[in-house]
Amino acid sequence: MKFIHYLETITGVDIFGLSSLTIFFTFFVGMTIWVMTSDKKSLDKINHLPLDN
Amino acid sequence: MQVEKFYYDNRIVKQFAFATILWGVVGMLAGLLIAVQIYLPAANFGLPFTTFGRVRPVHTNAVIFAFVGNGMFMGVYYSLQRLCKARMFNDTLSKIHFWGWQLIIVLAAVTLLAGYTSGKEYAELEWPIDILIALIWIVFGINMFGTIIKRREKHLYVAIWFFIATWITVTMLHVVNSFELPFSWLKSYSFYAGVQDALVQWWYGHNAVAFFLTTPYLGIMYYFLPKAANRPVYSYRLSIIHFWALIFLYIWAGPHHLLYTALPDWAQSLGTVFSIMLIAPSWGGMLNGLFTLRGAWDKVREDPILKFMVVAITCYGMSTFEGPMLSIKSVNAITHFTDWTIAHVHVGALGWNGFLTFSILYWLIPRIYNTPLYSKKLATNHFWIGTIGIILYTIPMYWAGFTQALMWKQFTAEGTLKFQFLETVTHIIPMYITRSIGGVLYLSGVFIMVYNIYKTVKAGSLVADEAAEAPALESQAQEAHTEKHNKLYWHRWIEARPIQMLLFSLVAVAIGGILELVPTFLIKSNIPTIAAVKPYTPLELQGRDIYIREGCYLCHSQMVRPFRDEVARYGEYSKAGEFVYDHPFQWGSKRTGPDLARVGGKYPDSWHFNHMQDPQSMSPGSIMPSYTWLYENKIDTAITPAKIRAMITLGVPYAKGYDLQANADLIEQAKKIQTGLKAEKLEAGTNTEILALIAYLQRVGTDIKNAPKPTVAALTN
Repeated sequence: MKFIHYLETITGVDIFGLSSLTIFFTFFVGMTIWVMTSDKKSLDKINHLPLDN
Repeated sequence: MQVEKFYYDNRIVKQFAFATILWGVVGMLAGLLIAVQIYLPAANFGLPFTTFGRVRPVHTNAVIFAFVGNGMFMGVYYSLQRLCKARMFNDTLSKIHFWGWQLIIVLAAVTLLAGYTSGKEYAELEWPIDILIALIWIVFGINMFGTIIKRREKHLYVAIWFFIATWITVTMLHVVNSFELPFSWLKSYSFYAGVQDALVQWWYGHNAVAFFLTTPYLGIMYYFLPKAANRPVYSYRLSIIHFWALIFLYIWAGPHHLLYTALPDWAQSLGTVFSIMLIAPSWGGMLNGLFTLRGAWDKVREDPILKFMVVAITCYGMSTFEGPMLSIKSVNAITHFTDWTIAHVHVGALGWNGFLTFSILYWLIPRIYNTPLYSKKLATNHFWIGTIGIILYTIPMYWAGFTQALMWKQFTAEGTLKFQFLETVTHIIPMYITRSIGGVLYLSGVFIMVYNIYKTVKAGSLVADEAAEAPALESQAQEAHTEKHNKLYWHRWIEARPIQMLLFSLVAVAIGGILELVPTFLIKSNIPTIAAVKPYTPLELQGRDIYIREGCYLCHSQMVRPFRDEVARYGEYSKAGEFVYDHPFQWGSKRTGPDLARVGGKYPDSWHFNHMQDPQSMSPGSIMPSYTWLYENKIDTAITPAKIRAMITLGVPYAKGYDLQANADLIEQAKKIQTGLKAEKLEAGTNTEILALIAYLQRVGTDIKNAPKPTVAALTN
C-alpha cells in the first residue's frame, strides 16, 4: 500500500532524463523518415476523405 | 463493387449538441459568478454551496467535462460516422453514453456544491462518480472502436487517430490519478501523498488539458475545417507529424506546473525541456490549420463559421506558444500562482475550445436540420462580441498577474518587503472587474447563438437517420491486396488498423508517464524524510478535511518557493519531506490569498476565529468570504475512526488501534482550543467545525520548526 520507499536504492537518476530524450529523438527521427517516404498519391487520397462524404 | 445502403445517426449528434450548449451556459454562468465574487465578497451570499471555494470547481468541471466534453462527443459522433462510412456501432450504447454522461454532470454539480471533493484540481469528483466516469468512458470506447471496426472506409483519417489517442490516454490518466481509498460512501483519501500526489495530479492535470481539451478538438478541427473551407488539409504529412509528436511530447510536460516546488529537480527540468519541445508540433498543427485556408481567405471575410475557426486555431497557437514559455523557470517564477495562469487557460478555453465548438454548432445544426442557418448576421455579431469578450477577459488578467508578481517581489531600500499581500490584491481589483465585463460579453454572445440556433431548429426538421451508401470494406480488399507489394504496405500496418493505432498511442503516452512517475515512487532519496514531521492529530485531520471541503486550496497555496521574497513573506521554503502524510497534497496553483504553508503559529487562535467569521474585520479590504456555518456545524466524530483506519492503510504511522482512541484525543484538543478562545471572550460551540479548522491551520508547516538543528560536529564530518 505504501507508495514511498519501495526500493531503497536506485543510483543514477540522470538515466531517466537521458533515456527520455533518447527515446523521443529516435522516435521522432523514425517518424519523420516514415512520413517523408510515404507515397504522395495515397496521402492525397486520405487527405480528401472528409470531403468525400 | 457492391454498394451498401445505411443511415447516419444524427439524433445522437443533436443530443450532444444541445447538451454542449446547455452546459456551456451553466458553466459560464458559474464562471461569471465566481469572477464577481472575487471583487464582491457579498456575492458569496453567506451560504456554503454558493461560496467561491465550492462554485469554482463547478465552473471548471462544467466547462471542461460538460461543455467541452459534450462538444467533443458531438464532433466525434458526427465525423466518425462519416469518416468510417458507417452508422455508430450500437444505438443503445450511444444512448447509454449520452445519458450516462449527463448523469455524471448532474451528480458532479450536486456533490461539488455539497462539499464532496477529492481536493485535486480538475479531478475533484469523488470515488463513486470516478467509477461511473470510467464505466461510461468504456461504453464510449466500445461504441467508437465498434464503429471503426465495422467501417466501410479502409483508411483511418488523421482525425480518428486523435480520437483513439484521446480515448486511451484519458483512460490511463483517469485510472492512475483516481487511485483513492474510500472511507465513506462519498469520501476518500488519495492513495498518493505529498510530492507523489502532486506529480501524479499535475501529470493528470496537464494531460487533461492535452487529451481532453486539445487532442479531440484537433481531431475535430482536422475534419470540420476542411468541410467548412471545402478544401483538404494543407499538408497531410504535417498532420501525421503533428499527431505523433504531440501525443509523445505532451505526456512528459506535467512537472512544469510544479517548478520551484519541493518536486525533485530532475523531474522539473524534464518537464521544462519537453514543454519547450511541444512548440514544434503545436505550431505545426496551427499552421496546418491556417494554411488550409490558403486561397480561401476571401471566404473568411464573409463566413462567420470560418471566422470562428480562424480565431480558434490562432488561440490554439497562442496558448501553445505561451505554455512552453511559462515552463521556463525564470518566466514561471513570475507567472506561477498569479492571474497570468488564468489568462493563459482562458485563451485556450474561450478561444480554442469555445470558438471551435461554436463554429461546429453553426455548421452542423443547419445540416442535421436540413435548413439554412437562421441568421448569418447574428452569428457574425456573436463572433465579434465573443472576440471582444476574450480580449477584455485576458488582457486584464495578464496585466493583473504581471503586476501582482512584481509587487510580491518588490523590496524597499532597507531590504524589507514593500507591499503587504493584501495591497497586491486590492491593487488589481479594477482588472478583476474588467475581466468580469469580458465574461459578460462572451456569455452574451453565447445567448445570441442560443437564439440563432433555436430559430434554425424551429425552421427545419431533424434528419434523424441520414441516408448514405458506400461499398463494403470486403469488396475493397482486392485493391488493398495489390498495395501489399508496394512500399506503403508497412505504413498501413499502423495507419489503417485501429487496434495497432491504440497500442502504439498507448506506448507513446505510457513511456512518458512511466519514466516520469516511477522514479519518484521508487527512490527514497527523492523524498528525504524529516524525522520531526508527524501525522496529524484527529482534530487536525478533521480540520484538514474541512479545508479541502471548502476549497481553500483554490485561493491559498501551501508551497513556499525558494525565493527571497517568499521566504521573507511566508517563512522557510517548503521541503518534500514535509508532505509525506498529506493525502491529498494541498499545494494549490493560485494565490488569490496568501500562501499558508507556514501559517501555523503565525496568529493566535482568536485571530483565526474572528477571521473565518468576518475576514474584513481582521484584514480590512480582504476579498475572502466568511464561513459562518463552521461555527454551527458539529465535527462528524462518527467518521473519525474510519478516517484514521484509512490513513493507517495508506501508510501513515498511527499506532495500531489508534482509531478507537482518536475521538477522545479529538475532543480533548478541541476543548483546549475552546477554553483558550473563552479566555479571550470568544464563544465557540463544543466540537464545532471551526475548532478543527483552527487546529489544522495552527499545525500547517510547523513540524519542521521542531526538527533538530545540525550540530557543528555533524557539519564538519
